[in-house]
Amino acid sequence: MFNVNEILETINMISEENLDIRTITMGISLRDCASDSGKTAGQKIYEKIVRCAQNLVRTGEDIEKDFGIPIINKRISVTPIALVAESSDEENYAVFARVLDKAAKAVGVNFIGGFSSLVHKGYTKGDKLLIKAIPEALSETERVCASVNLATTKSGINMDAVKEMGFIIKECAERTRNNGAVACSKLVVFSNVPEDNPFMAGAFHGVGEPECVINVGVSGPGVVAHALKDLNGADFGTIAETIKKTAFKITRMGQLVAQEASSRLKIPFGIVDLSLAPTPAVGDSVARILEAMGLEKCGAHGTTAALALLNDAVKKGGVMASSYVGGLSGAFIPVSEDAGMIEAVMRGALSIEKLEAMTCVCSVGLDMIAVPGDTPASTISAIIADEAAIGMVNSKTTAVRIIPVPGMKEGDVVEYGGLFGRAPIMRVNPFSSEEFINRGGRIPAPLQSLKN
Amino acid sequence: MKAVITVIGHDRIGIIASVTGVLAKANVNILDISQTIMQNIFSMIMLVDVSNMNCEFSEMSDLLKQTGEDLGVDIRFQREEIFTSMHRI
Repeated sequence: MFNVNEILETINMISEENLDIRTITMGISLRDCASDSGKTAGQKIYEKIVRCAQNLVRTGEDIEKDFGIPIINKRISVTPIALVAESSDEENYAVFARVLDKAAKAVGVNFIGGFSSLVHKGYTKGDKLLIKAIPEALSETERVCASVNLATTKSGINMDAVKEMGFIIKECAERTRNNGAVACSKLVVFSNVPEDNPFMAGAFHGVGEPECVINVGVSGPGVVAHALKDLNGADFGTIAETIKKTAFKITRMGQLVAQEASSRLKIPFGIVDLSLAPTPAVGDSVARILEAMGLEKCGAHGTTAALALLNDAVKKGGVMASSYVGGLSGAFIPVSEDAGMIEAVMRGALSIEKLEAMTCVCSVGLDMIAVPGDTPASTISAIIADEAAIGMVNSKTTAVRIIPVPGMKEGDVVEYGGLFGRAPIMRVNPFSSEEFINRGGRIPAPLQSLKN
Repeated sequence: MKAVITVIGHDRIGIIASVTGVLAKANVNILDISQTIMQNIFSMIMLVDVSNMNCEFSEMSDLLKQTGEDLGVDIRFQREEIFTSMHRI
């Protein structure tokens, strides 16, 4: 027997509050595609992706239709290309990015992640070549996403990589200066990167993952914000309880879709990522949830505490709703993709420094932040170093996706459209970090006891 | 397999007749119907058995959507699991 109110609640979440499945991401191992010939490796990579993912988009669309829930993105993540490519004779790894792009287009996915490298303790030959190829790869392909993990709690921070990534990000921006430096929006620098993250741009298929796997990312900031609207004056216990219940319901959708996709594609189900992922659509904002708790604008004092409560309650509610949880799992705070964050920046309520503090209590990090085009590479590196340090010390994932937009200065706005939204150029601390960044070497792994 | 049909929109003559007509033709059995009208907004929820349906789920979904457009109401056709998984442990 069904309950009318429950059915209408679900329908309302989907039609009015932007509840959706953000992504079904198929992870594909490319470890068996390595070859001493770059050409052969490229061919094997293309063939394997097309073979594994040929039915992904159609299956996603079928599920969407059967359950009446929108599935926004169908995507692919692959083994970090540095690992697959380095036994080949190819010197320019942008070639492999073109192969990935071609495969993504052939199967109809909108992004493919895994042009990646793991260098938290140091570089191999393949890592060096991959990082060098990132600017060309991201500016000359459309759907490829790149990521670099340069710090972990167990190994510390690779400051040589931190320094290099400052230059790489600047070069990505320069190469796509006519498109708002869009290449930077496809590049994430991580500390403690998860190996099963289904969300772009940081998705890749980790080395401990199976041959092929289905991971699902849910969304629904609008549903949580709506649930809080009726709680005027309620105490934090009630707020946390409401968020937990809502997160449970949202995550059950993800679990259902993940199981269904897994059984239809005959590929094992990996994880559901519990993240609250905002979009630029009205009412689909994480900032609005924080404001619904009583902050005049996101970024006001109290925002970090509100976010800590939100993030924790989402996890507590979501964990019980899914048999396997993983990925980034938390609230995302990308500036350009969240209407409330954009407004908060434009009103002067939200700064990079406050965002940095917020990243201590949520996933993921400084995300989709546009800064003036003349920001020095060393300052970008220093921003990365700060974020990596937060991740390293707190045993959590942190990341930086920053866009130094050429020709733009504080107060300007860069428009991307679609899920990437629009980004106001934020103020960067004008004092130099150059001497600090130029030191190079590694910051040692932190102590895991005597915690204060 | 069961599915839930929801019809929401302005009330008019023939909504139930049109929807049930489409279902009968496709050999879909109606298990339960609940209908309310609040401030002239018609809402109907129907639980149906689609085990012996003589067309694909997506075809029926399109057909009902079209029927809804002709009637000026919003019709959704969804597998029952989306509701049970969200509201039942």
